[in-house]
Amino acid sequence: MTSVLPEAERGLAVPRRAGAVRRSRLRRRFLHRPFAVAGAVLLLTFVVLAVIAPLLPYGPSNSDFNALMQPPSGAHLLGTDDLGRDVLVRIAYGARVSLEAGVLATALAMLVAVPIGLIAGYYRGFIDPIIMRITDVLLAFPFLILAVGLAAILGASLRNVVLALGLSQLPGIIRITRGEVLGLREQDYIAGAVADGAGDLTILGRYILPNALSPLIVQATVAIPTAIIGEAVLSFLGLGVQPPTPSWGTMLASAQGFLVQAPYLAIFPGLAIVLATLAFNLLGDGLRDILDPKAVR
Amino acid sequence: MTAPLLQVSGLSVSFDTEDGPVQAVDDVSFELAPGEILAIVGESGCGKSVTAMSIPGLLPRTAKVTGSVQLGGVELLGMAPRRLRQVRGRDVSMVFQEPMTSLNPSFTVGRQIAEVLQRHEGASRSAARGRAVELLKLVGMPAPERRLGEYPHQLSGGMRQRVMIAIAVACSPQVLIADEPTTALDVTVQAGILDVMRGLRDRLGTAMVLITHDLGVVADIADRVVVMYAGRRVEQVGVDGLFADPQHPYTLGLLGAMPRAGGRAAGTTRLAEIPGVVPSLRDSPDRCTFADRCARVSGTCRESRPALTSARPGHLAACFHPGRVPA
Repeated sequence: MTSVLPEAERGLAVPRRAGAVRRSRLRRRFLHRPFAVAGAVLLLTFVVLAVIAPLLPYGPSNSDFNALMQPPSGAHLLGTDDLGRDVLVRIAYGARVSLEAGVLATALAMLVAVPIGLIAGYYRGFIDPIIMRITDVLLAFPFLILAVGLAAILGASLRNVVLALGLSQLPGIIRITRGEVLGLREQDYIAGAVADGAGDLTILGRYILPNALSPLIVQATVAIPTAIIGEAVLSFLGLGVQPPTPSWGTMLASAQGFLVQAPYLAIFPGLAIVLATLAFNLLGDGLRDILDPKAVR
Repeated sequence: MTAPLLQVSGLSVSFDTEDGPVQAVDDVSFELAPGEILAIVGESGCGKSVTAMSIPGLLPRTAKVTGSVQLGGVELLGMAPRRLRQVRGRDVSMVFQEPMTSLNPSFTVGRQIAEVLQRHEGASRSAARGRAVELLKLVGMPAPERRLGEYPHQLSGGMRQRVMIAIAVACSPQVLIADEPTTALDVTVQAGILDVMRGLRDRLGTAMVLITHDLGVVADIADRVVVMYAGRRVEQVGVDGLFADPQHPYTLGLLGAMPRAGGRAAGTTRLAEIPGVVPSLRDSPDRCTFADRCARVSGTCRESRPALTSARPGHLAACFHPGRVPA
């Protein structure tokens, strides 16, 4: 029996656990993408900033009335605002709000949307067009309009911002999941699983979801920065985090009145939003490249 | 012959399409004894795969299936989905044509084999893992312990087909249905896979239904043969009878179209071909479906449907003008 096999098929490679091999290959591919690495480093900086925020020398609401609207200096690296609060400290606390809103909203959206997309794509039948038409209706509203509307209904608080942003993300993720499932359900290995006696839950959980994961991870890295911007917009409009809690959006809103006297009050939080968004996008692009077998290497 | 393990009788399958019903399988019957290998042969579109898929109820819901499929006396057609799931993979399992795409790319080979054991036999993880090594050995997988931790994309087509077979026989099924298991593989690997299948039959006593269009494979491994044409059985015979004394002109045509190493005509003449194309399955006429391509056609062939008749014990053919030499 074995004699029929050519030498090559016997496999002479050094034994090594396949999972470890796969992980190290992915890591190597990731490290070969400078933009992706830059994104990861940038993101890590924000995470560190958010974590060490309480260790910074000033509190987020400590006013120094002897130093109102100071430009950047040695004592206040990014200057102080109209109430004498340190801008860097407030950006650090704002990073907590932004990351929390971005990650939680996206997690919420994924948790709800992925199962709905799986059901629509796998079972088809009468349920699929119903779900799809509802998502079409929701998609007809621009993301921010939908989020603003929901936030206005729910009321202003960080929890409601997360809810509003999460709900606004649902239709897009439902569609992406469903599209993936439609392709995967026709795969030969699904037919094989049915022939081996697998039930629907097994097929969805072990055969379809794991194979749909890569595009969903990439989608998450797009959804998080969208939610971060969404949080900033809602807070800017007064529908999100309320002052004095620092948020990049509320900082921008209060900087509006001093654009001429102290432009840095708008520039630094704006930059934080741009950089945080960029970090996730760079990271997402990198992940898509290494996770998508169809992408050109 | 012992009592049949699998008895298919009067199996007909039709699909409703926009252009009307299509009769993919028309009144097919056969039986399979324990440890027997039955080949179903025919060209593309003759209904052999549909016949195979209908045994464990794998046809889409749009298929209308009538007749009877009994496994050890239990009717499988119309069985409740929950019970049918228990039969699939445990009593009747399948091996498909495409080893390259038939394994789940997200999990290691070992986990995929273990999963079937956990599902049907409630085996523990570690027990299933141990069995998986044995199974990979059984199907002639080199270095089975190492393969266990590999992903399908790390294996060649031949190795993947061995894994597919290992999964299929994991629960020692009574019947293994192999739908062109060697078609996608190159010839040396094919021979290896056929050896594995023969070994399984000898060691585990697994009965097999082998779907193929390759008469070389049939000669190599099958005990009995059903020749199908346009959804119907045209000839049913032991493998020796098929090659020694084929009765139906279609069977003769298939044999004539087979290249023969060192034969009289080797390299000097064209292979014989069967003129024409397979008729549409739209209508199920009361006539011989092969009539339009047959050299022996007569008026009767176009007026009535030939019944399967015994040329000799155990050899059936559906032709008005049977025999090796035209009457």
